[in-house]
Amino acid sequence: MRFTKMMALVAAITLLSSGLAFAGKDLDTVRKKGFIQAGVNGAVFGFGMPDAKGVWKGLDVDTARAIAAAIFGDASKVKFTPLTAQQRFTALQSGEIDLLTRNATRTLSRETQLGLNFVTVNYYDGQGFLVSKKLGVKSAKELDGATVCVLPGTTTEQNAADYFRSNNMKWKPVVIENTTELAKTFFAGRCDVLTSDASQLAGTRAVAPNPKEYAILPEIISKEPLAPAVRHGDDQFMDIVDFSVLAMINAEELGITSQNVDSMLKSKDPVIQRFLGVTAGNGKALGLDEKWAYNIIKQVGNYGEVFERNVGVNTTLGIERGLNALWTDGGLMYSPPFK
Amino acid sequence: MSEKIADTTAEPMKPPVRNVGVYGWLRENLFNNWFNSLLTLLILYGLWQTCVPLIRWAFIDSLWFSSAEACRDIDGACWSIIPNNVSFIFFGFFPDGQQWRPLLAMLLLFALVFYSKDRKHWKRSLGVYWLLGLIVMGTLMHGGVFGLPVVETDQWSGFPLTLMLALFGMVFAYPLGVLLALGRQSRMAGIKTLCVVYIELIRGVPLISLLFMSSVMFPLFLPEGLSIDKVLRAQVAIILFTAAYIAEVVRGGLQAIPKGQYEAADSLGLGYGKTMRLIILPQALKIVIPPSVGVLISAFKDTSLVVIIALYDVLTTTKVTLSNPDWMGYSREAYLFLALLYFVCCYAMSSYSRKLEKELHTGH
Repeated sequence: MRFTKMMALVAAITLLSSGLAFAGKDLDTVRKKGFIQAGVNGAVFGFGMPDAKGVWKGLDVDTARAIAAAIFGDASKVKFTPLTAQQRFTALQSGEIDLLTRNATRTLSRETQLGLNFVTVNYYDGQGFLVSKKLGVKSAKELDGATVCVLPGTTTEQNAADYFRSNNMKWKPVVIENTTELAKTFFAGRCDVLTSDASQLAGTRAVAPNPKEYAILPEIISKEPLAPAVRHGDDQFMDIVDFSVLAMINAEELGITSQNVDSMLKSKDPVIQRFLGVTAGNGKALGLDEKWAYNIIKQVGNYGEVFERNVGVNTTLGIERGLNALWTDGGLMYSPPFK
Repeated sequence: MSEKIADTTAEPMKPPVRNVGVYGWLRENLFNNWFNSLLTLLILYGLWQTCVPLIRWAFIDSLWFSSAEACRDIDGACWSIIPNNVSFIFFGFFPDGQQWRPLLAMLLLFALVFYSKDRKHWKRSLGVYWLLGLIVMGTLMHGGVFGLPVVETDQWSGFPLTLMLALFGMVFAYPLGVLLALGRQSRMAGIKTLCVVYIELIRGVPLISLLFMSSVMFPLFLPEGLSIDKVLRAQVAIILFTAAYIAEVVRGGLQAIPKGQYEAADSLGLGYGKTMRLIILPQALKIVIPPSVGVLISAFKDTSLVVIIALYDVLTTTKVTLSNPDWMGYSREAYLFLALLYFVCCYAMSSYSRKLEKELHTGH
């Protein structure tokens, strides 16, 4: 009885509201809508943030665009929902978004209890330490007794505590709620070390009064594989999302860029022919147009291009490829064969 | 008789120079004994220490229209963050090149508010103007007709979003609050309980939790795939919240009306509706102008809490601008600018309420 009443209430609210959408399977919904609704961060430079003109920029944003290019042949068929850390998984579970590309770490509990499917990692992050060069420290192992600036309540604080304890070192945390304030405190010299995800440390260093005076220590003390995620329940959609990320990596392995992709269409290499859909097969298997991979590379670029454009050494963040280099260059980016 | 009486009075003596003019005032008020003189000097010294560096920082050493790089070399304020990001701070995701639409809508809104300020214009036609104005504003924002491209509500952001949340929040919350106040005074037990429970429940939780409910919990109760516009959900949460506070303020007004007024209305044979509409509410609402404007002003400022559900009101767009590495260090300038913006809006509301109070004051 109560349930029916609630449903009636919901129906009434529904009738009064605009912007309704009924969904069946995720891929069907996306196709029917004509665009992907992607959840992004909204305030992390280089990963997901609008620029001064309100245009979305970032590695995660470009990943979502690549998936749109695969499904619709048009990278602009994607709408972005900025989400807070608390909202992000609920938004995906409730169907408010179709795809989550919001620097979320893949963990076992998120896969199982939250009912999410993470796909191939699009950024390998990890927690690191930023120190002033004046300190003369070359390794995190020398940080005994250091005061450490850290954000509260995140896994960051926990990781740092674990690291110092397991290495039998003492530390004094200086806990500050806000990222900007945290950086200011650190630059003012109130703590010796600033700890956070390595990608964010790069951003913090970039805004230092004198960036050259600071160094990121080589130790990475936690694993943060950031990956796009979808809901349980539509394997085909998950495959498409997964292989869209992989296609960008594969293109880099094959040396295909957004610049040369048109000339690559004439390549005699059967691997490239299959990849770009000159030889049909992959597209049909995924339920997509045979040109899907071509569209991704042409409109968004390969992984290396996307990386360099958003977070690479020539951007304000200035992040080295590191773990995110191809496996042939000593990184972890590795794509299965496209056949 | 018209003979002039000789002007024999001598010119009055001027008071000593040390008692008049600037000198006199200073002597009278600031240096009238050694303790006050000391205080004056101390305060002057304090002002000198704080104001001079502040003025240097804000006006002399500052840059107003430069690039982010140029700002790194100066000690003063970098106001350039505002002009360089003005379109994102004010209009957020509204597509570039279409931003004249929210601008026009805002100007229209200001014009309507300005027109409504004068009580001479409080006629039925005013309602018609507002209705027309809202339709025009809605069309401008949403588009889809007259060749204007459609702009979905999730792209409505920045200052227009703040104004919209605040305006609709106030306009819908006020009547709802009055109804709730009347309901709480009602003799019908069912309605009374319902209103009391509603008011106490809403007042018992912070607005943040209501916003969280609307954005995180509520979608989980909906059937799969059904979603309700996020802006609308936040708007409803703000309305429900503000209404509960308005209700309590109005109840205060109702209780301040002497019992004789009710009895007089009864003896005239007026029913409940007419008693309330003609006798009680006009008096009660007039009494509660100051506290209800207080509630409305805080409702206006509370709209900035939508930042936690990732709606891009003017505070959020500013925050996003500040997370751009180019502009990360200039939070003081950006927040000062925002404070000024909020102050102008809130001060306008409070000064208007004072004017209204004076005009409506009839002496009883």
